[in-house]
Amino acid sequence: MSQADLTMEGHATFAGQPPFSLSTKKMAMWLFIIADTATFAGCLVAYGFLRNATVNWPRPFHSITNVALMTFILVTSSLTMLFGVRAAASGAKSGALRWVFTTAGLGIVFALLHIREWLALIGEGMTMFHNPWGTGLFGAAFFSITGLHLTHVTGGVIALIIVGIRYNGGRYKADDLEVLGLYWHFVDLVWMFVVPMVYLLNLAR
Amino acid sequence: MTTSVEQKSGGMKQDLVIYVCILVLAAIQFVIAYQNIDGTQMFVRMLIVALVEAGLALLFFMHLWTEKRAFMWSAGIVTVFVLLTLQYGWTDAFRVSAGVPWAK
Repeated sequence: MSQADLTMEGHATFAGQPPFSLSTKKMAMWLFIIADTATFAGCLVAYGFLRNATVNWPRPFHSITNVALMTFILVTSSLTMLFGVRAAASGAKSGALRWVFTTAGLGIVFALLHIREWLALIGEGMTMFHNPWGTGLFGAAFFSITGLHLTHVTGGVIALIIVGIRYNGGRYKADDLEVLGLYWHFVDLVWMFVVPMVYLLNLAR
Repeated sequence: MTTSVEQKSGGMKQDLVIYVCILVLAAIQFVIAYQNIDGTQMFVRMLIVALVEAGLALLFFMHLWTEKRAFMWSAGIVTVFVLLTLQYGWTDAFRVSAGVPWAK
């Protein structure tokens, strides 16, 4: 057997089996999630640095009701997404579509609650670089982190609607819903860190 | 056609159990927020709870548990390494808060 044959054989084996037996789309989504994890972690670490190094850090949150409701909605949307993926995997197309659109609906409610909270804080005098309670850095940090997360939720809702419609039309398959599900769960996972760091550690006392 | 979800994972009952566990853990974070402890302790407790929540979501909601172990370890080690190196600057945050004149 020549060197060329050996090389060809090696390539064929590599090309024939995807790395870790993951589909290309799924692997791409995992790579995106790993990269995005670093993005959010960078933001949260920078936020933690600022909070730790700033004396008059504001504690503007008087109630946990809104953030608790938002958390409940986002975690529940992860469950409905799981149900949608399971329904799609078992071939129940209408069931899958119903769960995916329920997930998108919960995402919209989450975004609306988020915007309502932003408007309330803006109404109290908080901007990117100024607030009545303490250092102006708080506004920049708060709007940056929650805004980045809200952008992810909004993008996820749009993707859920588009992929759901195309799945219903036969252009996308159950695997595509599963890949989108990974993204949606990631958005939920990030919120688990945003809530304690940005909200709960800044409750008014 | 079946997806990896249908082939490997534990079913809707498992999904519900993990969902309830995550909700309970989230509730624990809210309880910690009202405990009468100092900020560092509060942060550590909340971070531990958040890490457990994230672990559950990763392993069971995102089905990392049912993927190949080699993938789990490869992705996990790389990600944890990057997250740990991000903590490099913390000491400087303490220098700022403890070293400036108004901290005395």
